[in-house]
Amino acid sequence: MAEMWINMGPQHPMTHGLWNLRVKVDGEVIVDAMPEIGYLHRGMEKIFENKNYTQIGPITDRLCYGSSITWNHLYCMTVENLIGVEVPERAKYIRVMAIEIQRIASHMMWLAAYAADIGLLAGFVLAMRDREIMVDLLQMLSGSRLTYNYSRIGGVAADLPPEFERDCLRAIDFFEKRIEEHETLYRDSKIFLMRSEGLGILSREDAINLGVTGPTLRASNVKYDVRKHNSYEVYDEMDFEVQCHSDCDVYGRYVVRMNEMRESCNIVRQALKKMPKGPVRVKTPMYAPEGDAIGRVEDPRGEGIMYVIGDGTDKPYRLKVRSPLFVTLSAAKKMLVGYKVADVVSIMGSIDVCMGETDK
Amino acid sequence: MDLWSVSYDLTNLLVDIVNFFIYGLGWLIPGSIGEAFDSLGDWLASPGVMRIFTILMEIILLIVVALLNVVTLIWIERKLLARFWDFRGPFYVGPLGYFQNFADGLKFFLKQIITPIKADKFSYFIAPVIFIGSSILILGTIPIGPEFGITDEGTPVPGSVILAFAIFAVAPFSILVAGWAENNKFTLIGGMRSAAQMMSYEIPLLLSVASVIVLAGSFSFVDVVEAQADMWYAVPLFIGFLVFLVCIVAEVERIPFDLPEAEAELVEGWTTEYSGMRFGFFMMTEYVRGYAGCAIAAALFLGGWNGPAIIPDEFWFLIKAYMVFVIFVWIRASLPRIRTDQILDLGWKRLLPLAMLNLVIAVVLKTLGVF
Repeated sequence: MAEMWINMGPQHPMTHGLWNLRVKVDGEVIVDAMPEIGYLHRGMEKIFENKNYTQIGPITDRLCYGSSITWNHLYCMTVENLIGVEVPERAKYIRVMAIEIQRIASHMMWLAAYAADIGLLAGFVLAMRDREIMVDLLQMLSGSRLTYNYSRIGGVAADLPPEFERDCLRAIDFFEKRIEEHETLYRDSKIFLMRSEGLGILSREDAINLGVTGPTLRASNVKYDVRKHNSYEVYDEMDFEVQCHSDCDVYGRYVVRMNEMRESCNIVRQALKKMPKGPVRVKTPMYAPEGDAIGRVEDPRGEGIMYVIGDGTDKPYRLKVRSPLFVTLSAAKKMLVGYKVADVVSIMGSIDVCMGETDK
Repeated sequence: MDLWSVSYDLTNLLVDIVNFFIYGLGWLIPGSIGEAFDSLGDWLASPGVMRIFTILMEIILLIVVALLNVVTLIWIERKLLARFWDFRGPFYVGPLGYFQNFADGLKFFLKQIITPIKADKFSYFIAPVIFIGSSILILGTIPIGPEFGITDEGTPVPGSVILAFAIFAVAPFSILVAGWAENNKFTLIGGMRSAAQMMSYEIPLLLSVASVIVLAGSFSFVDVVEAQADMWYAVPLFIGFLVFLVCIVAEVERIPFDLPEAEAELVEGWTTEYSGMRFGFFMMTEYVRGYAGCAIAAALFLGGWNGPAIIPDEFWFLIKAYMVFVIFVWIRASLPRIRTDQILDLGWKRLLPLAMLNLVIAVVLKTLGVF
């Protein structure tokens, strides 16, 4: 067969959202790749400029349906930096706990999607089942199941519901056993190893030069985690390891994410244990001062940055969102060239694509 | 009471009814036209014509029974997969959701049939006919019981094993044609993959079947099953049985070997551009092939309908075929999909030597006079 371009997307089971991956194949071997995005562009940043600070909160949830608490929190944190308000101690712990629960749910959703990509439908169904545990916890916290809108400027929406601590600890204990169950499905499967080991190699240098962040970067053996290196909220009081893997391949990304879920369980436990009593929210002014502020968090998919410029009104002059996957997708060509068409799903699935935040 | 006599009686009845009208016309219409009707009736009732009609009747009965089994298999798969994956499966339609498949089939009838403008029309229409027709024809070659198979006045079809595998091998050709005719890159890749996969898996499959033929000394399913009255061939030819199972999974294109229609990378593979009831028939045909594979495995390696006489022979056969299918479902529930070059590696470098070894074992056993 001669070389030809194949459009994988915008409507293709591989894409997890609405984007187009053009790959040039020679028979079954990929010789070139070109991601095309923009199909899900909703003009988020322009919308932000026309809403006041309170109204923006729920919209930031929609940046990524997989980890809405993280983005919501990032927005609140950035605006708090701009206004210069100090969040109560208890709210910080609650935020850290909620973010880590959300991280587990997000990684679980990645596991489900990735399993479906490589044809392991059991993995899809079981991972979705166990994601439910975390979603239930977040539902107890916030009342909704996908877009939580839990963080507020100056704290969180509500204190922990009664008996949440007990339920959360139980769920976390139960979930840690379930992770082992999932590991047996993947780690012990010869075919899974054949489909993941040595694929989509992104070397340490390439990963750093392309600006890749998150689990993809850590799987390329770079020990970088915003939670550790530019600690926000109360992460500096938490005891956790930054998970790395030296394989630089799809299997490494899998291992990093599985271990991160275990670490997140630990962080949730610590946060619940160290949580002080007190208020969860302080009053903040509606009008932000002139000036700018920046916020950085470790999203489940990479480093999320928001940059806000206030002009003294109740609306931001500009709110810039730095999406981790927008950058990670640009590494697609580096990861894909030289592998087979059948590996496209395995490789692109391993970076956990979420179009909501990429197209904004 | 075997299938032949039942079919003969049924055909007799049908011919009698038809001849009642034909002779009636011959009595009503005078002259040479009436005589022509009389001779037509005589021709219909003559032994040669009756024999052909009886064989056709046998095929219809056997395929109807086999298709009912296929529907049961789909139901078993849905129920079992649901249990493996921690949910309940269909349960609203009919007892334990048994009629869900019929409901789904009816739904396909309501769907619009879309033909791509740039498709090669003739190949596009003929390929499903070959695929579905050849797959259903396999069912006709596999006897379900000692007396429930295609026979010619009580004589089973000689060489039915060869016939079954010959028909099995027709389908990849039609898949290749379909993939090409649809004029879509994904279907083309799917068709190519199918051809490559079939080529590399036919050989170990037929070698493992050959070892059974060597031991049984016959090409007929009935003889092969009768020869296993004392011991199943799965015991001496254990390697061959494993090779056969792996190859038949690849042959019927189920996970982990469902590359030609790998939905994650190739959308729906070679069936992408087929819609409506055509697609529904494709789905059904996959299970037809699955049933055929299970039934052949049961007949060649698991002693067919041999078993204690507490239940009829046919039930023994079906139970064994269902058990093989349960293994298929189990594999599907727990394994990811394998890659094209890996599947070819596995076929040529692992299964082929194993099948050769198995054939040597069979020849040695036969030479030593063990069987």
